[in-house]
Amino acid sequence: MSWLKRWRNTFRPERLDHELEDEFAHHLAEAADRLETEGVTHEEALRISKLRLGNYSIQKEKTREMNIALWLDQTRADVLYGLRQLRMSPGFTAVAVISLALGVGANTAIFQLVNAIRLKTLPVEDPQRLVIIKYQQPSHRSGWGSGRNVELTYAQFQQMKEYGDPFSGMFAFSGERFNLAKGGEPRFAEGLYASGDFFRVLGVPAVLGRTFSAQDDSESSCNAGAVISYAFWQREFGGDAQALGRKLSLDGYPVPVIGVAAPGFFGVEVGVHEDVIVPMCSDRLISERSRIPLRYAWWLSIIGRLKPGWTLERASGFLRAKSRQIMQATMPAEYNPSFAKLFLTNKLYAADASNGVSGLRREYEQPLYVLLAISGLVLLIACANLANLLLARATARETEIAVRLAIGAYRRRLVRQFLVESLLLASFGTLLGCGLAVGLSRSLVALISSSQNQISMDTGMDWRVLGFAAGLAVLTCLLFGLLPALRATRLSPVSAMRAAGRTVTTTREGFSLRRALVVTQVALSLVLLAGALLFVRSFRNLLTTDPGFQAKGILAVGVDFGKARIAADNRLSVYKDLREKFSTVPGVLSVGQVDLTPMGGGSWDENVGIGGEAAATSHKQGWFNYIGPGYFHTMETHLLAGRDFDEHDTAGSKKVAIVNEQFATQFLRGKNPLGQTFRLETEAGKPEPVFEIVGLVQNTKYEELREDFRPIGFFPVSQNESPRSDANFMLRIAGSTALIARSVKARVAEASPSMGVEIRPFSAQIADSLLRDRLMATLSASFGFLAALLATLGLYGVIAYMVARRQKEIGIRMALGSARAGVIKLVLREAVALLAIGLSVGVAISLWAGRLAQSMLFGVKPRDLLSLSLACGLLGAIALLASYLPARRAAAADPMTALRIE
Amino acid sequence: MPKSPNDKLQGTLTLLILRALRTRGPIHGYGLLEHIHAASNELLQVEEGSLYPALHRMEQDGWISAKWEITEKGRKAKMYSLTARGEKQLAAEHENWERLTRGVARVLRYS
Repeated sequence: MSWLKRWRNTFRPERLDHELEDEFAHHLAEAADRLETEGVTHEEALRISKLRLGNYSIQKEKTREMNIALWLDQTRADVLYGLRQLRMSPGFTAVAVISLALGVGANTAIFQLVNAIRLKTLPVEDPQRLVIIKYQQPSHRSGWGSGRNVELTYAQFQQMKEYGDPFSGMFAFSGERFNLAKGGEPRFAEGLYASGDFFRVLGVPAVLGRTFSAQDDSESSCNAGAVISYAFWQREFGGDAQALGRKLSLDGYPVPVIGVAAPGFFGVEVGVHEDVIVPMCSDRLISERSRIPLRYAWWLSIIGRLKPGWTLERASGFLRAKSRQIMQATMPAEYNPSFAKLFLTNKLYAADASNGVSGLRREYEQPLYVLLAISGLVLLIACANLANLLLARATARETEIAVRLAIGAYRRRLVRQFLVESLLLASFGTLLGCGLAVGLSRSLVALISSSQNQISMDTGMDWRVLGFAAGLAVLTCLLFGLLPALRATRLSPVSAMRAAGRTVTTTREGFSLRRALVVTQVALSLVLLAGALLFVRSFRNLLTTDPGFQAKGILAVGVDFGKARIAADNRLSVYKDLREKFSTVPGVLSVGQVDLTPMGGGSWDENVGIGGEAAATSHKQGWFNYIGPGYFHTMETHLLAGRDFDEHDTAGSKKVAIVNEQFATQFLRGKNPLGQTFRLETEAGKPEPVFEIVGLVQNTKYEELREDFRPIGFFPVSQNESPRSDANFMLRIAGSTALIARSVKARVAEASPSMGVEIRPFSAQIADSLLRDRLMATLSASFGFLAALLATLGLYGVIAYMVARRQKEIGIRMALGSARAGVIKLVLREAVALLAIGLSVGVAISLWAGRLAQSMLFGVKPRDLLSLSLACGLLGAIALLASYLPARRAAAADPMTALRIE
Repeated sequence: MPKSPNDKLQGTLTLLILRALRTRGPIHGYGLLEHIHAASNELLQVEEGSLYPALHRMEQDGWISAKWEITEKGRKAKMYSLTARGEKQLAAEHENWERLTRGVARVLRYS
């Protein structure tokens, strides 16, 4: 392969240099040998032969240039020629570049997100050696899951240090949102409790002050100092060096700033930029209820750095083997014997942590891959369109090509020239697309962020993204450029010369290629349209599904009185006081209190025993909540039988519960629930509490809208034995939200100025729980629309081209008395045939591809006939309209003009 | 008798190299010089400065192929040999040469 070799020579000159040097050295040696046989001394012989070989480096240059110069020169000529060609048809160039830019831009933007969430490694020292310790699923753990990292307990972290053989260092951490405000409206910062070795193991230095170390994080003397991120330092302190030593109020507890971490470091969780990092021991000082002494508090993740010589597999095997010992040593005393046995079977293992941990991954990885596939298809359709345009252009340039072939151009050179032109288009499109992608990826991140869950991500261009974009450029260039280039240069010069200037007769084949392209476009855009309809309908189903309450008109108010230091005994009266205060606000129709707001992310599940059955061994899982009186009335959840909670349900009175329909049908088998009793599982050694059912309500959604109704039991908040230091209230309001919110804040401040309060419409909270579905619906719909548009353009182009080609025939038909309707039918028949083939191929692909989206749909089956037929109808209608236009034009033409063209 | 600089004549050098390779089969650059010098009864002396660029160009065109070998003298040398494509090229160039010399001879004889 001479071409390959030349390529190699151009890019690896040093290799060629060596070869040349060796060859010349050999030549010198041989020549000198020869001279020596003639009696010349060795030195003299070498000198003479060197002289004869001439200037060494000029020789080398000359030999090498031969390779590069020619190649570069031809390429330069091709590029200049290509640029001139593109300049000559600015319309075509603009359409091509813009459609490519849209396709490449969308693909690159989505890839940037995939890269940020999945592929990028953490910006720390040698991230490849980091592993995270996890439980093998299914695992048997129960207790109190707290925070974002509900993997391990503090006792287990301490125990793990005993089994640290595979690691040169390890640390535990727990994500936490700290409230920086000292009262009133909360101001949150993303925070991290991290064990002492955090910065040492990650190898992250401080740019100002110092990071904390194991000495600061000791149980006996906790040195609570905060290391803040570089971004937070800039934002909060304006990058002032005086920030060191200043106190931050973290959930009301003052913590001094001791250092600023290196810029670019954001923690270990992708999607969250940590602002404040404090030693783990400060959990005892800051948290209202420290999790350090609790063996059933699951709140930590552990990351370790592998020792040299240890692989991921070996470390995993080691952890599995030691799991039983670790479980044994960290068993929570509260577990009853049957669960304790299960707990001992838990297995730990190590997973790759080079790209950090992320909750986003579980939620968005699959949707992003689906979106990448969708945008890839759009790009493919755009390529098909371009190929069609290029084929048309090649037809127009037939004479030029024929002349060049006739005067001796190699076909290879011509193909190369066409490809260079395509590559220019692809490069311009990609450059513009990369520009678009920067903005697009930012808006994508904004689309999945909410006020409650701010997502910060580094979606910057790195070598992966650039490589991806460059790959797209080359791929698209080949996709849309190669076929037309081969096709255009295949004609024999003679026939082309003859045909030049006359109607084209040699490109029937070229035309069938264009038909095939259109069929592909129709098929692919049907897949995209049908997919879009699936996602849109699924989203609509979620929006219109009946959650069992009326979210509109509800204001959710969260009050945090942790800083007011109110003793647990007094909290119930604070609840009551706040309820009464709120109900006097003008515009508030009713007030309901609830412990876990629906769709709020919180959940409480417990095993249930019906009647005398022991809950611990019942295997009946129920979900629970504490509510105040009037909650159902406020939420407009219908009470179907029995009574609501009231003032008579107090801590001292009989324990009561209200259950939902699902609870009644699933656990009580349809018996009248009123008066029945059930038990809840509890700590080992304590009697299981018994509740009497006093009411039945309609089903409501608990954690997310897409779930099936779960069996739920509600308890009166007044019977909560350990009331929390924060409370959620639902206010049904009529009137201005802003005005009412202001009065509500005032009432809270009245109660105590140090109470924090957070107010937002409940419907906004529901909408936030649907971000992923909204993303899929919006993006797939816009891609589907774009695809249909491109396919329609493609079909229009082909039909218009066919009409132009058959103008003479149509003219003759009409001159011979064919009716206009007949001509229209003739043209439409072609369009309908193409459409029919395209649609049926598309239906087949859609049926197959639907499965991939199954887990993301709600209330629609992946093989949904309605969506499919709707898509077919929609695409068919606009495509037929697009082909009707050239058909009517053909029929309207005067037959004489058509004939006279010849 | 002056050394003939006739490798300057376009195409002749290629023909000479191809022809030499055909009889002398894998041979290094210096060997080629020697061979052409000897075979022409010392009439032709190919210049080193033209030989190597020509060899490399021909290698890239796929007419000849090269391989590194250790010679009997124990030196590392690049050995060239003729490819199938080179055979064809040789035939074509040979015919061209015949035609050219016949034509030139006739013109010179014409008086």
